[in-house]
This record gives sequence, structure tokens and C-alpha cells, in this order.
Amino acid sequence: MNEITGRANTQFNNVSYYFALKSTNDSLVKANAVLYNKLKSDFEFPDTINKVSIDSIKIDSVLIGRKYLYKEAKVVANSVSSPTNYLVLGRGANQHLVKDIGVVDPNNCVVGIITDVSSNFAVVMSLLHKDSKISAKLKKGGDAGTVTWDGHDPTILTLSEIRKSAKVAKGDTVLTSGYTTTFPYGLTIGTIQEIIPEKSTSRYTLKLKTAANFSNLQYVYAIDNLQKDEINRLLEKAKKESL
Amino acid sequence: MSTLVKNIIRFVLLILAQVFVLDKIHVNYLVTPYIYFLFILWMPFQFSRALQMGLAFALGFTLDSFNHNPGFHTAACVLIAYVRPYLINVLIPQEAGDINYNEPSIKSMGGFIPYTLYAGILTFLHNSWLFLLEAWQFGNVWYFIAKTMLSTIITVVLILITELLFNRKQQFRTNTM
Repeated sequence: MNEITGRANTQFNNVSYYFALKSTNDSLVKANAVLYNKLKSDFEFPDTINKVSIDSIKIDSVLIGRKYLYKEAKVVANSVSSPTNYLVLGRGANQHLVKDIGVVDPNNCVVGIITDVSSNFAVVMSLLHKDSKISAKLKKGGDAGTVTWDGHDPTILTLSEIRKSAKVAKGDTVLTSGYTTTFPYGLTIGTIQEIIPEKSTSRYTLKLKTAANFSNLQYVYAIDNLQKDEINRLLEKAKKESL
Repeated sequence: MSTLVKNIIRFVLLILAQVFVLDKIHVNYLVTPYIYFLFILWMPFQFSRALQMGLAFALGFTLDSFNHNPGFHTAACVLIAYVRPYLINVLIPQEAGDINYNEPSIKSMGGFIPYTLYAGILTFLHNSWLFLLEAWQFGNVWYFIAKTMLSTIITVVLILITELLFNRKQQFRTNTM
């Protein structure tokens, strides 16, 4: 059934994509700038006694160390108005997408987690879902908490479980914590917009403004964690042994 | 146009309008217009109970697949398909209204008020069942009550507007079948 609705949604998206071209291009150019700035050729050390040279062995020594693989995908359907919002991507099992991996937008802002994969389409549970829980960390200070959505406003998320001893200010960035295998550490989730101290517990409830613009998603990256199977197997084994 | 073709076109058009137009409008998280079950409201009187419920199941299932819901719309649609014959019996004036015309509309139900009541009650049932199932999953009763009220009002307004836009020719059928 996913294939049929995916096909219908693709046709609609082929037309509606043109209305979003300008903003998609702008965000892609910004993401490219960030990546270009990481090239080695941008750096030059003033000390000319040292020389930087490239190793002449033709073996790819980085391949065995690769942990995260970014896979691009086109968003075919999206929704922000229901209490349970899902995205549909035009890439599925035949194009090497798997379940339970995180999805980000072109600027590395968190969008959701893949929950279901068919042969040519994948369904992503977006952050704007009543059941979504992302483990998060404050950028300043590193206190960890959970990000959820209350269903009211598609631009505001809720960060809970941050203790009152943490220093929080409006505008602070909140990143993924990297404690689970779904997301690597350091992806932006949002910025703090409102701080509400809870009277009954010693925790804050923080309202975050989402970093990704959920109403206008055209392309996303699925971040495949190549070590996740091994880590999850180990966790299952540990859980079974402790029973 | 034969009944079959007319109904197929209505099914497809209403689902498309629901998924690609109405679902993209966000007024508020409390107000959600649903117009696709107009297909069930407009089904001809002669369809048997089983056929009505079967078509309602197909309609709800299609919308559920588009929204990746575990069956909320299916349940609500089958519910209103079940209640529809009873409601028609109660609302139509007793002079054999339901063999005079093909489908429920303002003319065949004898006036604006019975039609609005029919549309309103079925809409309210559909919305409340839908949001009740959602609310049981997520808690919070006030949200459910407010959402039902507001969505029902806006849906009934939309249905009346659609009724005025699409003039369906109601042939007066004679008693000789």
C-alpha cells in the first residue's frame, strides 16, 4: 500500500517541488559552504620548513574506519498539521535504506527517524510526532535531556529533564547527544526560545524553536550508522543476560 | 453518466482533494477539515447495507494509507456508513422520499434543515469517533472535545459550500421501477 500512495505522492511532488526551488537552493548553497570550508587546501601554515604531502600508497585507509554514511533522499510527501506526522522518501530498500536510522536536512538539522522501508519508498517518523523522543544535549555545558513534541505548534519542540543547576539562556543551541545509535553526536535540533522552571521537580521545561523548516523539506540525508547492528546485538545480549 | 463511473470519479476526486489540498492547510492544530466522507453521505439510496459499509471501509482505508494511521479513518467511516440508513429513515418525510430521488441532497430530503441535520450528525459522529481514537492513544480529553466541536463546524460549512458548487441533477424517479 505504501508503494501505491508513494507513487501518487511522487506525482504531486513533481509539481509542488517547483514552488520550493528558491529556498531549497539557498539551503543547499549554505550547506556546501560549510563543507568547502573543511577542505585541507583551505589551510596553509606560514612555516615553510614543514611540508604537507599526500601518501603515495593507493590503499583507501579510511574505508575501514567509516562509521556514518550519508545517503541522500528526495522527500515525496510531508505533513505538519496532524498529531502524528510522517515523511515519505523516494528511496527504499532497493536503494540501500534501512530502518531505525536518523534523517537530517541539508544543513544537518534533525528531521526524524526512518520507521518503515518498502522496496522503493521509506516512511520517516518526523520530530513532529507525539511519540517521538530524541536524546539531546545542551551545547553549552552538556546537560542531557529528551526532546518531544506536544502536538500544538509545528515550530516548537519541548526539551525536558534538564536540571535547574544547568545554565540555560535564550538562544542556546541544543544538539543530539550521540548516546543512541540513531543519530551521531552534534546535529542541531533547535534553539531555546522559552525557559519554564517547573515548580514540582527540580527541572526546567524548555521550549525549542526547530532548526529544520518542516513545512519546506525537499531533500534530506539519512545517516546510516554502520556499527549499529553490532552495538544493538551487544546491547540485546547484555539485556538478556541480566534478566 | 452511469452510477458506477460517477461514484468512482467522486471517490478519487474526494480523496485527492482531501490529501493534497485540505491536509496541507494548517489553520490550527485543533481545526481539521475532513471532506472525503462526503462520498458516504452522497451514496445513492439503493445501495445495500453491505455495499455501503464495504465502500466506506475502502474509502477510510485509502485515507489511512496516505496518512500512515493505524485505522482511525477506517473505523470512523464504517461507523457512519452503519448509522446512515437509520438516520435517513428518521429524517426523510414519510411520503416515500427515498424512492423518489437517487441520492440524499437538499431537494430529496425535503428542505435545507433535514439535510443539514443529516450532514451535521454524521459529521459529528465521524469526527468524534476519529478524535476519540486519537485521544485514547495520546490522552487529554479537553483536546478531544474542543477538536471535535471546531472541526465539525468547519466540515459542515465546507460540505454546504461543496453542495452549492456542484449542482447534482436529481431526477425524479417514478414509482414504476
